[in-house]
Amino acid sequence: MAREMMFAEAMAAAIMEEMQRDPNVVFYGQNMAMTERDPFLKRFGKERVRITPISETAEIGAGVGAAMTGLRPIVELYMNEFMLVAFDQVINEAPRMRYMSGGQVKVPLVLKAGFGFAAGWAGQHSNCLYHTMMGIPGLKVAIPSTPADAKGLLTAAIRDENPVVYLHHYMLMLDKGNVPEGDFIVPLGVADIKRAGTDVTIVATAWMVKKSLAAAEELAKEGVSAEVVDPRTLAPLDVKTIVGSVKKTGRLVLVDQAPRQSSAAAVIAGEVAEHGFGYLKAPVRMVTALDTPIPYSEPLERYVLPDEEKIISAVKSVMAKQSVGV
Amino acid sequence: MTKAEALSSERLIWMYAQMVRIREFEERVKRTFTEHPGVMRGHAHLGDGAEGAIVGALATRAEHDLVMPSYRCHGYPLVLGTPARNLMAEIYGRKDGVCGGFGGSMHLADPARHFPCTSGIIAQSIAHATGAGLTAQVKKTGQVVYCFFGDGATKQGGFYESLNLAAIWKLPVVYVLENNQYQAYTHVSLEDANEMAGDPLSQKAQAFSIPGETVDGTHVLEVFEAVGQAANRARDGKGPSLVEAKFYRLSAHGNAITVPPVPTQFPEHEAVEVYGNKAEYAEWKSKDPIVKFRARLVGNGTLTDAAAKQIEDRVATEMEEAVQFALASPLPAPEEAVKHVCA
Ligand SMILES: Cc1ncc(C[n+]2csc(CCOP(=O)(O)OP(=O)(O)O)c2C)c(N)n1
Ligand SMILES: [Mg+2]
Repeated sequence: MAREMMFAEAMAAAIMEEMQRDPNVVFYGQNMAMTERDPFLKRFGKERVRITPISETAEIGAGVGAAMTGLRPIVELYMNEFMLVAFDQVINEAPRMRYMSGGQVKVPLVLKAGFGFAAGWAGQHSNCLYHTMMGIPGLKVAIPSTPADAKGLLTAAIRDENPVVYLHHYMLMLDKGNVPEGDFIVPLGVADIKRAGTDVTIVATAWMVKKSLAAAEELAKEGVSAEVVDPRTLAPLDVKTIVGSVKKTGRLVLVDQAPRQSSAAAVIAGEVAEHGFGYLKAPVRMVTALDTPIPYSEPLERYVLPDEEKIISAVKSVMAKQSVGV
Repeated sequence: MTKAEALSSERLIWMYAQMVRIREFEERVKRTFTEHPGVMRGHAHLGDGAEGAIVGALATRAEHDLVMPSYRCHGYPLVLGTPARNLMAEIYGRKDGVCGGFGGSMHLADPARHFPCTSGIIAQSIAHATGAGLTAQVKKTGQVVYCFFGDGATKQGGFYESLNLAAIWKLPVVYVLENNQYQAYTHVSLEDANEMAGDPLSQKAQAFSIPGETVDGTHVLEVFEAVGQAANRARDGKGPSLVEAKFYRLSAHGNAITVPPVPTQFPEHEAVEVYGNKAEYAEWKSKDPIVKFRARLVGNGTLTDAAAKQIEDRVATEMEEAVQFALASPLPAPEEAVKHVCA
């Protein structure tokens, strides 16, 4: 059985169900649970559902401490940039504790944040910061593109014994999709083929999956069959599924909303270069944001971000075996 | 000069006009969402209700003093002389905007008018202002830095680290805490330890052993006196002070957050929208700093009702012109986007 839900509803359902299942799960953040009407507060009470001040270091750091001592905190952070004022906790505390303690402690912590809000939020509120986080051993990064994945990955993240950064794309919040009911988990580290194809593999995450699927439909009209692969988690990264797809299609286009040098695409391209070079019939192409901060005005913003047109033109150049100059 | 009685009629009238300009500008930003849907993107935050704090503080400023607020930044440059039309054009994402459409509502800048830049990340600009104080100290410019931030920002490490640094280095900074009683949708009573204990937020100054004072931010002249004193102290090399201006934001935190193409506009104030507390909103609305100041000036003969009306009409015309200018200004050329990444 499945039920149609919005992305945002699917995330709320995952938290609700996990809090119901496990009394150690606590949920807190800014600007939430402000009144008695809040559904989480109503159901689980003030002890487990809390509002915090604008204090990310304390919010995340307390999450690390609480996780090490027996709770399973979910910290609502709203935007991935707001983690930056507490990046020590994200990068250099949460993922280090288990290792430094010689495997004695664990940090079951979920840091939930939106990202990539390409809607005029300008330089400090529209960024994609997953590249840094995916490169930190001990830290997992989930990045769903559909309501079903949103629920399944969040459930997996809450049950995971390690710190997980759970990133949801703001442009997808109102998207609807069927979400399986009951105990539904999408394991961390398993990619999903969102569209099967034979000519070219497009690897994309979050909002870029939607754009890649739209591009694939257009390309189909011109006789190009594109396979769209969504890694779903960037750490662990399911290199096997990606390379498997490249083995089938022989061509690879990577679509990523982050600037080139801080994209997950660059990391994935490296993996394919090592593990899939022999399968490639054409040079790999990366469709990323330009190396600029995100500008405010719409034509500027559109210019720097990947879109369907840019994806289609990259696929065509790959089909024509064109290399692009540096 | 820090005594309000010493202010000339001319200066008082200027202060009133600035307050009216901020209010009308913000009203026009807000109306844009309904009158010209789609023109504004992202998140806009208005300073209506803050006019007493902004103008009271800036009226104490010497010509070269720096002004560094948070992302709720429309009002300050208006007072510094940045043309309203270029500010509106920026908020509309146009080529003639103060930042050429790169920054938008949260990131206005006019460094030539002593307004360097603004940050959308809570409390980070408090550190920037502290650094501007360092420049003033090292270069012996005699400048004072006016640093504005919200009640919410005082719960962030950047606030504590900066004020301690400014205190130990005796930096010439006036920290103006704009306590509008909300951080986004959260009432200050839900998140501030001093407030919960019944103490003023200015008590935080004690942590740095610097002066801290709370004034009625709906009373422009009270702000003027307190900030004036703090600015004198800074100018005399005695270091920073914290002035809490307590007032009330009269609009919602910002326009509703939606995913395009779902349209957005300003919801009702959180007191009503979130907490269902119409009485709170009505009470503070009745303390509107502009209404209060106007009544005072007309009451003591500084301004006639007709003269006040004349100011208001002139401002309405100015802001109508700003809107029309901004609407007519072209959007930036897309390829411009790669400019300005590095100097
Ligand atoms: C580090 C960080 N966390 C969270 C936010 C989201 N945020 C934007 S405005 C705001 C409220 C700020 O309240 P306050 O400091 O009182 O200023 P006001 O908006 O009332 O002027 C919050 C939490 C942010 N911008 N930066
Ligand atoms: Mg506030």
